[in-house]
Amino acid sequence: MSRAGGKRLGLIVNPVAGIGGRVGLKGSDGRAIQQQALELGAVPESPARARQALETIGAAENQLELITYPGEMGEDTARECGLEPTVIGAIERGATTAADTIGAAREMQRLGADLLLFAGGDGTARDVCKSVGAEVPALGIPAGVKIHSAVFATSPRTAGALAALFLAGRVTRLREAEVMDVDEEAYRGGRVSAKLYGYLRMPFRRRLVQGQKTASGPGEAASMQAIAAYVAEKMEDDCLYVIGPGTTTRAITSRLGLEKTLIGVDVVSKAELVAADVNEAQLLKLLEGHKARIVVTPIGGQGFIFGRGNQQISRRVIEEVGRENIIVVSTPEKIGYLAGRPLWVDTGDRSVDAMLAGHIRIVTGYNQQIIYKVSC
Amino acid sequence: MSQSATQTIVAGSASGRQPALRRFHQARWDEPIIFELSREGQRGILVPEVEAEIREQVGDVLATVPEQMRRKQPPALPELSQPQVLRHYLRLSQENLGADLNIDVGQGTCTMKYSPKVNEQLARMPQMADLHPLQDEETVQGILEIMYRFEQILKEISGMHQFSLQPGAGSAAIYTNVSIIRAYHRARGDAEQRREIITTIFSHPSNAACAKTAGFEVVTLYPDEDGYPDLEALKAALSERTAGLLITNPEDTGIFNPRIQEFVDLVHQAGGLCSYDQANANGILGITRAREAGFDLCHFNLHKTFSAPHGCGGPAVGATGVTQELAPFLPVPVIEFDGSRYRLNYYRPASIGKIGPFYGVAPVVLRAYAWVMSLGAEGLREVAETAVLNNNYLLKKVLEVPGVSAPYARGKRRIEQVRYSWEQLAEDTGVHSEQIGLRAADFGVHYWTSHHPYVVPEPCTLEPTESYSKDELDEYAAILAHVAHEAYTDPEVVKTAPHNSTIHTIDHTPLDDPSQWAITWRAYLRKVCGRDK
Ligand SMILES: Cc1ncc(COP(=O)(O)O)c(C=O)c1O
Repeated sequence: MSRAGGKRLGLIVNPVAGIGGRVGLKGSDGRAIQQQALELGAVPESPARARQALETIGAAENQLELITYPGEMGEDTARECGLEPTVIGAIERGATTAADTIGAAREMQRLGADLLLFAGGDGTARDVCKSVGAEVPALGIPAGVKIHSAVFATSPRTAGALAALFLAGRVTRLREAEVMDVDEEAYRGGRVSAKLYGYLRMPFRRRLVQGQKTASGPGEAASMQAIAAYVAEKMEDDCLYVIGPGTTTRAITSRLGLEKTLIGVDVVSKAELVAADVNEAQLLKLLEGHKARIVVTPIGGQGFIFGRGNQQISRRVIEEVGRENIIVVSTPEKIGYLAGRPLWVDTGDRSVDAMLAGHIRIVTGYNQQIIYKVSC
Repeated sequence: MSQSATQTIVAGSASGRQPALRRFHQARWDEPIIFELSREGQRGILVPEVEAEIREQVGDVLATVPEQMRRKQPPALPELSQPQVLRHYLRLSQENLGADLNIDVGQGTCTMKYSPKVNEQLARMPQMADLHPLQDEETVQGILEIMYRFEQILKEISGMHQFSLQPGAGSAAIYTNVSIIRAYHRARGDAEQRREIITTIFSHPSNAACAKTAGFEVVTLYPDEDGYPDLEALKAALSERTAGLLITNPEDTGIFNPRIQEFVDLVHQAGGLCSYDQANANGILGITRAREAGFDLCHFNLHKTFSAPHGCGGPAVGATGVTQELAPFLPVPVIEFDGSRYRLNYYRPASIGKIGPFYGVAPVVLRAYAWVMSLGAEGLREVAETAVLNNNYLLKKVLEVPGVSAPYARGKRRIEQVRYSWEQLAEDTGVHSEQIGLRAADFGVHYWTSHHPYVVPEPCTLEPTESYSKDELDEYAAILAHVAHEAYTDPEVVKTAPHNSTIHTIDHTPLDDPSQWAITWRAYLRKVCGRDK
């Protein structure tokens, strides 16, 4: 293979990543879940996201050599973008597994890829990490339900932009970025416990990289109580409250004496639980003819208020409720971890993202709010 | 102790004369808390018994104090002899990097300038020291005249209509201002609706804190990408609920808000008032005035800008100034002058009341007055210009040090201070800002890590004021350069600092948890030592 013209980019698409999100499943790991998701009408999202990234890179103009795996693991996406990739390996269409991701990464490393660009979630990041560790620079296109790892760019477009800068030699810094995944057992038991699985070396530019999820410190508990007291006090009787996942939103339901689905979306009204752990369709049904508000919190240090871990509150739900009825809550500590970076939305719909972007109010304590910037 | 920590060190300065770093060594006494030195029966003063004849004549002196007001037990004060007390406090004073000893530019936001010793002598003159606030007005005409005149000076410096010197700190002044804002809206029947105070994240945190203490909802604006207060964020915050804006300018980053006029205009259009925290006025004295930018209220810290010492949290004066429209709301009393006599007027029906006892800390006002009179108007402007020059000189020197940056407003000059970031150095070496400040103490200077809220990563705020020479700023920069060099070559030396001074590395986390605070000896015994009573 000749290397004339430029750098070599390895592309891996995990075609089942993110499939469980919008239908309210807590991840996409495992055949059974994937099957269930498909039955619930889920459409794979990662190929479309990989495509957005590839388009932003402008692989053709930049004379990159693209190496990828067959079919839905990258080849299809590349061809949709009008590229002629070097296709390696073999897969069983419609039945790809973690072993394929692991094999693909290893083979691309052997072929001297300058950067591995992979579309998926924490599970995919773990597979890439298991396969090549910190030996090849790698960058994630966020396409999974669970994105706790720090190797993901903030959106497919920023992943593309960062990859292009790196391959052009304009970003040279590499940073060891954590590969993390939640312990689903603990998560369902009510604790966010993200486990560290290793490190990938990723190109780094502050504004384009997702901050790591940061575990809550002890001081945050008091902030959460203050937020909870304030939000609970302001709740109106004639209104449905759609409460997104997270420990801060859980403080609000606890204040009302209710159980919370930590990683799911609950609906509350008049201090009572209307429905627990709902998916998008159930939400839309519940909202019909009702005044409603959405209560969400940025997830960990990443600063996403929509599109990560709360995909049930979809673009349609958001449109239904309206921007003015969204209550964003966050501890000051969490805002601090952003180090000035904006919050993000990534609902998969540009016009809804644009509607949410700009300056929003965030409740950070009792009688305490901030105006903060949201990007998309 | 690490080898390199004790060797003679010559700083690596990029250009010019290289200042030799001092081999400073601080006294380390391991001095206990004074209560721990107490032994039953030790006495500093033995008061003689009252003579029998007198006792007979006077009777029981306590008889006039009502029974229920008398203590059942005497206060549990420490029992020590006079020389023990003397040694205790002298030792403590040696375990200290006092403002008069070090190149004290490391307490950014505090304006650590020289407090002239001659003004100390004035403040300690018996004519001052023997004054009592309960004296009759007729007998304190002199100090009332000085206070009145000083108010006229502040009016000139700010463009405001009237001042009060009563608030005992900058935060007390901000609390005064926010109370006046509420009184103003109440007088217009708007107070129920106008419940939001807007501030910015890089305004001194006293602004948000005071507004909240006064019962307002606080809406804090985050800066735009260049660190400037964000006009779009302000627009998003303004509404018919807006009571007012409390803002510092320049902010604690040293960045001057070039659109301050637009901020004020927008808030006024929304029906709110604008209050200017001028505790950062050291770089703008004689250059800009609060009133010209349209502000309705402002305050100065006499213990910062006007050279009075900070005195470890007071006594201080946060002088508050307002427009003519707001003057009736000022705290009582106010000083009035009828052409021949000065008097304190307590009869002001619209006043927010008292914000502190009496009328301001007289010795602080006297020092500030003396400082201004010794400089004159041109001198004040020169103070500002020198402070800004010093700051920008230090900025240039510090930015030559590897691993440090001055986030925001890149390429632009700062006013009187800069909030730097050691983020790069921390990433490269694992050494954190706080550790650099502690290592600097080994060379006889320090910096302080109070940069709340922690928006700038690995922050370090330096404010050199007009009081330090070029050589001294060079020395300070050389110390930072040396410590940064150590961080890259021998990070353990920095991480385990200080080696030559008494500061111990303290776990700060309990400071975030009020239930662990031990503010009194009794609370200390209960919470820290686990004893019940
Ligand atoms: C800008 C600013 N505002 C307000 C204050 C609060 O003043 P004080 O400490 O006297 O309460 C300070 C204190 O340094 C300050 O720097």
